[in-house]
Amino acid sequence: MKLRTLSASLMLAGFGLVSQSALANISDDVIRIGFITDMASVYSDIDGPGGIEAARMAIADAGGEINGKKIELIFADHQNKADVAAAKAREWFDQQKIDMLMGGTNSGVNLALAGIAAEKKKVFMAVGAAASDLTGAQCSPYTAHWAYDTVALARGTGSAIVKAGGKSWYFLTADYAFGHALERDTANVVKAAGGEVKGQVRAPLNSSDFSSFLLQAQSSKAQILGLANAGGDTVNSIKAANEFGIGKTMKLAGLLIFINDIHSLGLNVTQGMQFTDGWYWDQNDETRAWSAKFEAKVKRKPSMVQAGDYSAVSYYLQAVKATGSDDSDTVMKWLKSTKINDMFAKNGYLREDGRMVHDMFLMEVKKPSESKGPWDYYKQLAVLPGEEVYTTLAESTCKLIKK
Amino acid sequence: MITIFGIPLQAFLGQLLLGLVNGSFYAILSLGLAVIFGLLNVINFAHGALYMFGAFLAWMGLSYFDLNYWVMLAIAPFIVGVFGIFIERCLLKHLYKLDHLYGLLLTFGITLLMEGLFRSFYGVSGQPYSTPEALRGATNLGFMVLPNYRAWVVVASVVVCLLTWFVIERTRLGALLRAGTENPRLVEAFGVNVPLMVTLTYGFGVALAGFAGVLAAPILQISPLMGSNLIVVVFAVVVIGGMGSILGAIVTGLGLGVIEGLTKVFWPEASSTVVFIIMAIVLLLRPAGLFGKEK
Repeated sequence: MKLRTLSASLMLAGFGLVSQSALANISDDVIRIGFITDMASVYSDIDGPGGIEAARMAIADAGGEINGKKIELIFADHQNKADVAAAKAREWFDQQKIDMLMGGTNSGVNLALAGIAAEKKKVFMAVGAAASDLTGAQCSPYTAHWAYDTVALARGTGSAIVKAGGKSWYFLTADYAFGHALERDTANVVKAAGGEVKGQVRAPLNSSDFSSFLLQAQSSKAQILGLANAGGDTVNSIKAANEFGIGKTMKLAGLLIFINDIHSLGLNVTQGMQFTDGWYWDQNDETRAWSAKFEAKVKRKPSMVQAGDYSAVSYYLQAVKATGSDDSDTVMKWLKSTKINDMFAKNGYLREDGRMVHDMFLMEVKKPSESKGPWDYYKQLAVLPGEEVYTTLAESTCKLIKK
Repeated sequence: MITIFGIPLQAFLGQLLLGLVNGSFYAILSLGLAVIFGLLNVINFAHGALYMFGAFLAWMGLSYFDLNYWVMLAIAPFIVGVFGIFIERCLLKHLYKLDHLYGLLLTFGITLLMEGLFRSFYGVSGQPYSTPEALRGATNLGFMVLPNYRAWVVVASVVVCLLTWFVIERTRLGALLRAGTENPRLVEAFGVNVPLMVTLTYGFGVALAGFAGVLAAPILQISPLMGSNLIVVVFAVVVIGGMGSILGAIVTGLGLGVIEGLTKVFWPEASSTVVFIIMAIVLLLRPAGLFGKEK
């Protein structure tokens, strides 16, 4: 009996390979997307409710349904806790039968989600998280890491600054996985370019006052202060650096800066800062048009992560439409063989390790006199080709890459 | 060059001073908590949210009504105080006869409500607020360059703390307040309106939180979460100083600021934990806190 079932299913599988399109269909007659992100805490402005809205826009632009099957979006708050996110993801996979899982901000959370999605063999799109480990040591055939990662940030900002003469560095690092990864990746870039790392201070996450750490950095006599932190930590360290006049002896390099941080700090404090970004609302007509639509709903300009959310969901839906199936392997195969061309990325492509390779941009914060008003903050200094800023396949530690 | 524990004397003095600046915030916040606990027996968990409210009021004053820092430094604590009186009259006063826990739960709920409201209106990224004109720039003290604004923070909070201590411990009004909490019936028999006194005390305690919020506005990110980041440390300060002890709150606030500042140099990773380690040690050796009285 068992043998017969087995051979029957093997036969079916064989047919499936030959005539995939004939058998392909949408499971449970609905395309269900589950989106877990930080809805209320430190990272909720970068993604959060705005990210959910971006995903909704992608669904609306796809017509709300594919081949008569409805597209549904469900979302939850992970509170920056990996265990909360993991429990939610399992519930969604087992009971809600979601077809695709989206991971918002927080690298720790996303690494946990990637593991569960791999176990359930479901598509997992990581957008807001930075850790390059998602497509490195912890890669999975079902992960698509969409917007940016720590390696791209490090290579973009790090090499530009070393090239401009910033040879000696000191790091102010957020004391957890993300900060360590960003510091490590940047230090490698600096050393490879002939620079020197004079030291680092690791500040606990959500420290309220950074002045003490900044004075330590200043006494190192390094030229560049690399901020390997994010969100509120970055804002508070830049505020204090400005107050203590750290900028007179050192140049600040924000390694992960979002437009929301600049908005919150103001241009007086941030002008002249250089950093790497994956997307900016005011790059071309396409980005401006989409951002205007987003702003009409959310009342502020989108961040790189929110634009990435839109792009990831629309490409997932295009894959389902093109293949007529929400089967994970089918969708991933389509995604990995299609060029990504939309308002978010030009000629991007999803690599076998799950990295969506696309161009990044070296940005500089405008002077107050150059800005036309709120949200007009960046000048683009250089395009950083995706092939150069992301980990190359030769360097990859992903087990899916055959060498 | 003279060194202390391996770091140059100048850097050491600089870090001491920075610790003192942070300690000023701890002192003024824990003072408000101590006053409220000492006189009302309420563990005011809403203190962090009211501190955040103060900082937001400073920002709102500037961006909506063009009221500068100095005006808001006077107005914001008053508004926060009135808001506190409203909370006390409408909600808290019904809980005095119950266990401490009920007051704590109520004020915790108020915190969640306020944070949620501000978050939905303003998001979490924070609002920009620059240092007032008169206090911009920095003074070179020889061993470090101290921003004038930070010096002002220390002066302002020490003055406010000492005044509060003086009023409560050394004046007739303070004596009445203390008597009113020991034995409200007796004090009422002398013709004193005790419930009014209690209400005003709560208003004053939370006004201190509002004051600290305005002081913090130019140097910290004004965000709905700024209070909850700080309040846990401040509670630890109050516990170390002894619940309800005014002098204890001031001295431990400043002292722990300095200790935390030095930890940031010698073991930066532990700087957010050191206060709690000290709390554990103090509770083991002196359960009532450094300045508390055993009951």
